[in-house]
Amino acid sequence: MCAQPSPTHPDPGGRTVLDDRDIARALTRISHEILERNKGARDLVLLGIPSRGVPLARRIAERIAAVEGYDVPVGSLDVTMYRDDLRLKPARALLPTEIPPGGIDDQVVVLVDDVLFSGRTIRAALDALQDIGRPSAVRLAVLVDRGHRELPIRADFVGKNLPTSLVERVRLRVAETDGIDAVTIEDTGPGGGA
Amino acid sequence: MKRHLLSAGDLSRDDAELVLTTADEMRSLADRPIKKLPALRGRTVVNLFFEDSTRTRISFEAAAKRLSADVINFAAKGSSLSKGESLKDTALTLEAMGADAVVVRHGASGAPHRLAYSGWVRSSVVNAGDGTHEHPTQALLDAFTMWKHLGESKPGGLEGRRIAIVGDVLHSRVARSNALLLRTLGAEVTLIAPPTLLPVGVETWPVETSYDLDAVIPKADAVMMLRVQRERMNGGFFPTPREYSRRYGLDARRMGTLQDHTIVMHPGPMVRGMEITADVADSPRSVIVEQVTNGVAVRMAVLYLLLGGSEPAVGGEE
Repeated sequence: MCAQPSPTHPDPGGRTVLDDRDIARALTRISHEILERNKGARDLVLLGIPSRGVPLARRIAERIAAVEGYDVPVGSLDVTMYRDDLRLKPARALLPTEIPPGGIDDQVVVLVDDVLFSGRTIRAALDALQDIGRPSAVRLAVLVDRGHRELPIRADFVGKNLPTSLVERVRLRVAETDGIDAVTIEDTGPGGGA
Repeated sequence: MKRHLLSAGDLSRDDAELVLTTADEMRSLADRPIKKLPALRGRTVVNLFFEDSTRTRISFEAAAKRLSADVINFAAKGSSLSKGESLKDTALTLEAMGADAVVVRHGASGAPHRLAYSGWVRSSVVNAGDGTHEHPTQALLDAFTMWKHLGESKPGGLEGRRIAIVGDVLHSRVARSNALLLRTLGAEVTLIAPPTLLPVGVETWPVETSYDLDAVIPKADAVMMLRVQRERMNGGFFPTPREYSRRYGLDARRMGTLQDHTIVMHPGPMVRGMEITADVADSPRSVIVEQVTNGVAVRMAVLYLLLGGSEPAVGGEE
């Protein structure tokens, strides 16, 4: 599974491209865009993709609650078993899937992830959703879109478009698990990537 | 690399806790409208059962099917095994059919080990009970059930918990696997049985032993009753069934001495009236039916961790 940076080590390695205030502003804007697009908070379900998408989904829900006074159901959706590279790596630990009690049938599901890259995670998430229910629509919110798509997938709500090279690694740290809010770019050399 | 699950003793603490947390995710699948995951699509799991078993075979079959694997059931009765085919020739047949995993139950202790290390098959081998030796997935599902009830479903949750395993330890592969696994997970295990039903060499197991049920169970957090395996007994292990029940059976009076949170377990099949009375088996403390439900989730976790990736995440070394 992906490397978990130590929570006791808040110094973000690499070059910081978004700091805590940038992230807060981007999430606030995304929250408003979601409300605008959906004409309110009714029938919305936010599903974060573990691990970093889940705290982002919770923060968006907090902002929506502050604006609309309505608690949007928040959950998480693990896509490990639906990945197309499952067979290429050692068996990976599963992460929590928590579907809100109301389910997702006939709701507008907003998938929330940290970094949009190849699009393969989102393809897996769409497959996973299909086994859970039939939403009336599925939207995608990401904090960073770094380009290099390998599938015909795009985000509806983007925090920041970040032009990157394939050898760079874009990483989000969140205060909940890493002790700091930051998006960094590291040069990993050939073969690296998020 | 790790490829097989032959003994509960092969699992490190990290391995065992990975199985438990994975099983916890698998269990939530039961609440979904589509009870199927795509992880093992295109893989073949063979259930090779030389001994009769209903619940273990069905449980493995359900687990493999929920992970989208293809399942081939191979039972001794009605197959060429009853015509005298050897384990080796059966194994070569399975290899030729391209099995990715063989779930094997055999009356002889060590048969799964032979299958795994003989070079006859390249597939992963999962021990589903061999003779009086081991039954690691039963131990995992028992540990999972305890972990849900007593361990708050957290890593390290069974640390220091007291588990009493009562009855026919001598003929029980479940007892041995449980003793090894629970020790790995940090629990304290006490085996309670008449002297005739404790195996030779039990003093080398990582457990306490006792002959006195009433002295042990008031302190236990979980009490696991074992079936008296009369089909494996020829000779007098105890004077009469009635005397056995009186000294080593769990009845309502003994249940009254348990702590409030203590759970009662049984790996099944139960002999009501022998090691456990009907009112205990059907009481709210009893988690016996839940053990069966958890069995599917735990076996899904084991199959996923062995077969789901390019190489397994748990089990013994190659």
